[in-house]
Amino acid sequence: MTMRRLINLKRVEARRIYLTYAVVIAAYVICQVMSSTKFLSSSMRGMLVPICAYMVMAVSLNLVVGILGELSLGHAGFMSVGAFSGVATAILLQGVIPFAPVRLAIAMIVAAVFAALAGFIIGIPVLRLKGDYLAIVTLAFGEIIKSILNNFYLGVDSGGLHFSMLTDTTRLLPGGKLIIRGPMGISGIQKIATFPAGFILLMIALMIVFNLVNSRSGRAFMAIRDDRIAAESIGLDITKYKMMAFVMSAALAGSAGALFAMNYSTIVANKFDFNTSILILVFVVLGGQGNMLGGIIAAAVLTILPEKLREFSEYRMLLYAIVLIVMMLATNNAEIKEFLSRFNPFRRKEEA
Amino acid sequence: MKAKTKYVPVPSRSILPERDAGRDPVLECVKLGITLGGIKAVEDFNLTIGRTEIVGLIGPNGAGKTTVFNLLTKVYQPTTGTILLNGQDTHGMNTMQVNKAGIARTFQNIRLFRNLSVIDNVKTAMNNEMRYNMLSAILRLPNYRREEVAAHRRALKLLSIFDMQNVADVPAGSLPYGAQRRLEIVRALATNPSLLLLDEPAAGMNPSETADLMDNIRKVHEMFQIAIILIEHDMSLVMNICEGICVLNFGHVIAKGTPDEIQSNPAVIEAYLGRKKEA
Repeated sequence: MTMRRLINLKRVEARRIYLTYAVVIAAYVICQVMSSTKFLSSSMRGMLVPICAYMVMAVSLNLVVGILGELSLGHAGFMSVGAFSGVATAILLQGVIPFAPVRLAIAMIVAAVFAALAGFIIGIPVLRLKGDYLAIVTLAFGEIIKSILNNFYLGVDSGGLHFSMLTDTTRLLPGGKLIIRGPMGISGIQKIATFPAGFILLMIALMIVFNLVNSRSGRAFMAIRDDRIAAESIGLDITKYKMMAFVMSAALAGSAGALFAMNYSTIVANKFDFNTSILILVFVVLGGQGNMLGGIIAAAVLTILPEKLREFSEYRMLLYAIVLIVMMLATNNAEIKEFLSRFNPFRRKEEA
Repeated sequence: MKAKTKYVPVPSRSILPERDAGRDPVLECVKLGITLGGIKAVEDFNLTIGRTEIVGLIGPNGAGKTTVFNLLTKVYQPTTGTILLNGQDTHGMNTMQVNKAGIARTFQNIRLFRNLSVIDNVKTAMNNEMRYNMLSAILRLPNYRREEVAAHRRALKLLSIFDMQNVADVPAGSLPYGAQRRLEIVRALATNPSLLLLDEPAAGMNPSETADLMDNIRKVHEMFQIAIILIEHDMSLVMNICEGICVLNFGHVIAKGTPDEIQSNPAVIEAYLGRKKEA
């Protein structure tokens, strides 16, 4: 019967999820071993945390782009909200909680809450739009967030927190400390972000996204993606589910931003510009929309690649572009996919 | 040529007043009308449907049949008139709220969630009866499992009515055409409607598939005891399973009655089946 040849989605989905977890855990173990045996160069070791942050960004953007089916071009905005709120929290807690991992965890949670809040506020106007219009407005909001953070001053003194916009009018009492200094960003950050923390965040992000996708909310997201009119006709609240996906994605991006920022001693809002948003979108598109593992691998490859191409100096970006094009072609080519799938141990089991 | 159809005056009554429509209507449309781009697509549409009636909505292409469905499901907001669903005015409701109030539909051009599996299409339609929140889903709490298992069972049961439980895990988009049409009906039923709107369910089907569909519609009607409105061009289907028929032409109701009455109605023969001109 022809039916037998049809794909069994349930099995494919389950296999994809386990494969994703397995690859991430294996990669983590390998990197940890290589890192402890000094096999990794120090520049590579320094990139482990940003790679983790970018992977989480790819997973979170995939929720909006691949699962919900809406193009968002301002994802770096949520990352920056998370970075600034997370780092500010970590600095404020420096004296209160001496144990760095706990401080980092609290900072990431606070970052997620602030980014989710930003996602909710932005989502109200943005999610009334569709398709291209939505994409362009998210781009604009990404820039707005950047501009706001570029002009935001936050200080703390014995009287509590003080903030001001445009110019520093916080007038801190003696002994007070200016945390966010407008275009100068935050400096003097303690580098408390670690590779294991990044790994845990990635696993949490994957768990959230996978479990969400396999629930009523996830089905609603995908239903809206596949056919909006039909989704409405069976009583789905389109705005509610779009908002849910958008806010969840923003929250994950926020904690990724906090992780990212606490790997550097200084962070400025301009780091999270349009280019970063596009870079994250490239991860998602290259990895395959809705394909979490693909996005994770793309994030790793495209973060390491520019570093590895450094020896080609001026040809670096040219090579980067060529590799990107070749990868795009390869991942969308049925024959190459077929060839690669032969090396997939999970697939072979099915055919046997 | 300008159509000079003599409109049969139709009182605002049910098609079959002797049935339950008179006592307990599921749907009452009163003077329903809509103007689309300056054209009165539907005008003065009156229809009352009983709780367990199967009604056919027929008429030539462009008569406004699908527009009536779009009015009932609030894809279009009517310009005039009222729609009472279970006695409740649906004024100001949107498509989602109308579905919650009890209208489910299928589409003329199939609108499935193509990348979702067959069973997920059905489970998506059960979304509003599930209660667990996002947190239970993420943490896989017991109420998530309980409700998902219950929904899965019910979805399989619904699919088995149409003999589709074997393809439950197949992507909906890869189903053959007839099965996709059936899945749309299952999905609509999964929302627990009191009124089911079928927009050309037999379109593109061969005679044997149409016969199967007919049986299935009867089965659904018997099992769920709901009202069904059916847009269909296949006259054998309409005449066989509909208890009442409403004929539309140029946005106006030109006849209402039992299949026998409709078949012998001169206005219908002229407007729908074509005027006898030459041999």
